[in-house]
Amino acid sequence: MDWYYVEGILILSGINLLAVLGLSLLTGFTGLFSFGHAGFMAIGAYTTAFCTMTLGLNFYLALVIGGLMAGIMSLIIGKLTLNLKGDYFIIATLGFGEAIRLILDNMQYFGGARGWPGITNHTSLMNVIVINIIGIVILVNIISSKHGRNMKAIREEEMASNIIGIDVFKYKLKSLWISAMYAGVSGGLLAHYIGFLQPKMFQMIKSTELTIIVIFGGLGSVTGSVIGAIALTALPEVLRNVKEWRLVIYGATVVLIMITRPQGLMGGKEFRPIQYLKKWFGKKNKPTAEQEV
Amino acid sequence: MSLLELKNVTKQFGGLTAVGNFNLKVESKQIYGLIGPNGAGKTTIFNLITGIYNITEGEILFEGKRIDKTPTFKIADVGITRTFQNIRLFKNLTTYENILTACHFNTAYSLLDSVLRTKKYKEGEAILHQNAKELLKIMGLEERRDTIASNLPYGLQRRLEIARALALRPKLLLLDEPAAGMNEEETFQLLDLIKQVRDQFDLTILIIEHHMDLIMNLCHEITVLNFGKELAAGTPEMIQSNPKVIEAYLGEGEAAC
Repeated sequence: MDWYYVEGILILSGINLLAVLGLSLLTGFTGLFSFGHAGFMAIGAYTTAFCTMTLGLNFYLALVIGGLMAGIMSLIIGKLTLNLKGDYFIIATLGFGEAIRLILDNMQYFGGARGWPGITNHTSLMNVIVINIIGIVILVNIISSKHGRNMKAIREEEMASNIIGIDVFKYKLKSLWISAMYAGVSGGLLAHYIGFLQPKMFQMIKSTELTIIVIFGGLGSVTGSVIGAIALTALPEVLRNVKEWRLVIYGATVVLIMITRPQGLMGGKEFRPIQYLKKWFGKKNKPTAEQEV
Repeated sequence: MSLLELKNVTKQFGGLTAVGNFNLKVESKQIYGLIGPNGAGKTTIFNLITGIYNITEGEILFEGKRIDKTPTFKIADVGITRTFQNIRLFKNLTTYENILTACHFNTAYSLLDSVLRTKKYKEGEAILHQNAKELLKIMGLEERRDTIASNLPYGLQRRLEIARALALRPKLLLLDEPAAGMNEEETFQLLDLIKQVRDQFDLTILIIEHHMDLIMNLCHEITVLNFGKELAAGTPEMIQSNPKVIEAYLGEGEAAC
């Protein structure tokens, strides 16, 4: 195995991880399932590619614009659909994802279904890692704040959240917005790694893959999402030498985990290295705000 | 001026009148009881006050201002909060997190503040944690601080729900059958608790309960509801001796309470 191949898998894991982090906030912490996040990735990917290739903007600026664009779309979709309860919202997101794909299929400007080749390569392992670390820090900060707690409250009990004065709709919208921006940036990275964009890359199967990773890692756990994203992106590659059986094994692994650990790998728990170190060295620090949440 | 006033409130579900022409005046610092047989419309009245249902006709006034068009999440800002008949805690969060979450409105830092961990965020969180700790102490839940809410014994879940409601610093607390499923001893502990929080937090309380010992010992005034209409209203003594009330509860003929 040469390094180039391993690096490729790591980059793809990182790109998936970024989208999964966002989805983790929506699904794991706010309790809303989405089967349309590939749509947000697609918006991010095409917007970013448009900014770098056509407008000639800086790659990182383009990533931000791609994320924002996905965010704006999510606000529009959210305003229309977040009043729907449970399963109905999932169906709406599914429809949204497919609609985005079909629109792109018919946009000849971006190459339509034939795809858009020749996008310059800007994504490297380095910037994927840095962006993911930033993404994790932002996510953890949100989750441990009152905003994150309000989202968790909505996941647990919507009616009671309303009664204690949480604007449920607004917080659902915020959560969707943030998760869509993560997906948008992730799409932008993907476009500039593969160098080729095609609407087919953002089918529903991509959305379900992201959701599977979040559930696999454990709802309500950032650590779980990280482990899940790396494990499940790498798994099909590790299994390449069993040829056509690899997707069967992939599916069986996911099913097995779900049967033996229905709460997911981490089951809502987090890995907190600093806290463990403190315990290890017997420091009896007073618990601070971050550790309590 | 009454703290809470319901004027000719009517709620219809299709053709069914759940609450009809109901009037209620709750004075400040009182404990007011709402009793009646099952299906009389008591919980519906709570749902109307908290904006979960919209009223069909009438007016609801709180401190002289109409609140019947206010969405539920803003009712907490107005100063009203409630507990539920079937306990609605944040089940997978700990006791402490349940209270901490409800403290949220005591501080106003933005999403950006929390992302960047600004000074405003740190100060705000410090206030919240202090509030939550105080409340945990007052409600005697300190030992169960890190217990997951759904693992608490039933009586303590009720207590936690009241604690969570108090975190909002309400003026009016609505308690929906707080003693349901409790034994005699727990009920009397609850009685003391309600009196204690009323004094400590300067509360007005509107309470639905089937447990007559509790109601008669606690309330200054009582309204009896039957089929969505007021059957009788007055002090506990007046209610106890009212023949209409006895009939509604026990049926005609036998008069033993």
